[in-house]
Amino acid sequence: MTTNRNQKEDTKQTEDLLVDAPFLEDIRRQMVKFATLQLGDNNLAEDAVQEALIGALKNASSFGGRAALKTWIFAILKNKIADTLRYKQRAVNVSSLLREEDEDEAFSELFDRKGFWHKDERPAAWGNPEASLRENHFWSMFEACLERLPPKQGRAFMMREFLELDADEICATMNLTTSNLHVLLHRSRLRLRECIENKWYLQGERND
Amino acid sequence: MINCRNVTRLLSEAQERSLSITERVLLKLHVVMCSGCQNFKDQMGTLRLMTRTYAKRNNDHDE
Repeated sequence: MTTNRNQKEDTKQTEDLLVDAPFLEDIRRQMVKFATLQLGDNNLAEDAVQEALIGALKNASSFGGRAALKTWIFAILKNKIADTLRYKQRAVNVSSLLREEDEDEAFSELFDRKGFWHKDERPAAWGNPEASLRENHFWSMFEACLERLPPKQGRAFMMREFLELDADEICATMNLTTSNLHVLLHRSRLRLRECIENKWYLQGERND
Repeated sequence: MINCRNVTRLLSEAQERSLSITERVLLKLHVVMCSGCQNFKDQMGTLRLMTRTYAKRNNDHDE
C-alpha cells in the first residue's frame, strides 16, 4: 500500500486537480451532461453536480491520481442523482410516466400490423462493434442518440445500463411496476439501437 | 404466433430477468428463421457493452 509520504503527495495532487480550472471545467461539463440526462432538469442537475464536487473536495485526501479521482467523483454523482430521483419521483404524478399513444405510433413505424419488422427497419448486422468503441466520433453519435430518447425511456435506460441498478431498485425509484419498466426498457432499446444503426453502421454505405 | 415485436420484447426482458423454458424455446424457433431478430439479439449485449464503456469513458476521458 501507499506510504505516508506518497499519500500526502496524492492528497496535494487531488486538491490541485480540483482547483485546476480546465480540469474542473471539463469534468463539471461531463457531470452536468450526465446528470441532466438522468434528471431531465438542468437546475437539479447543477445542484447534484455541485454537491458531488463539494463532497469530493472534502474527502480529497483519500484519492490520488486523475483516473481514480474521476471514477470516484462520478460514483459520488451517481449517488446524488439516485437520491434526487428518489425524492423527485415521490412528487411526480404516476399517470405522466407512460404516454402510450405516441409510442404505439413509434411502434407501427418499426413493425407491420402483424408485428413483423418492416423491411427497411429490420436490424442489420453490426459487424465488429469493439472497433467502433475506439473512435471518438462514435461516442458523440452515441451521446446524441441517448439524448434523443424520450425522457422516461432515457432515464430508465440510464439507470439500468449506466448506473447498473437492478430492476427492483429502478421500479421503486421511478414508481413503476415491473411490467412498466420492461416496456420502457424495450422501447428505449429499440430506439437507441435504431439510432445507432442509422447514424453509424449505415452511414458508410450511404456515403459511398 | 410469436412475432418480431414480441420477440424483441423478450430479448429486451432477458437483460433484466431469466426467461422461462417456454419463452426460450419460442425465441430460438423464431430467431433461427429471422435475421432481423437475430441481429437484435446480438445488439442487446452490444448496447450494454457500449453504455458501460461510455460510462467508464466519462470517467477516464482525458487519460
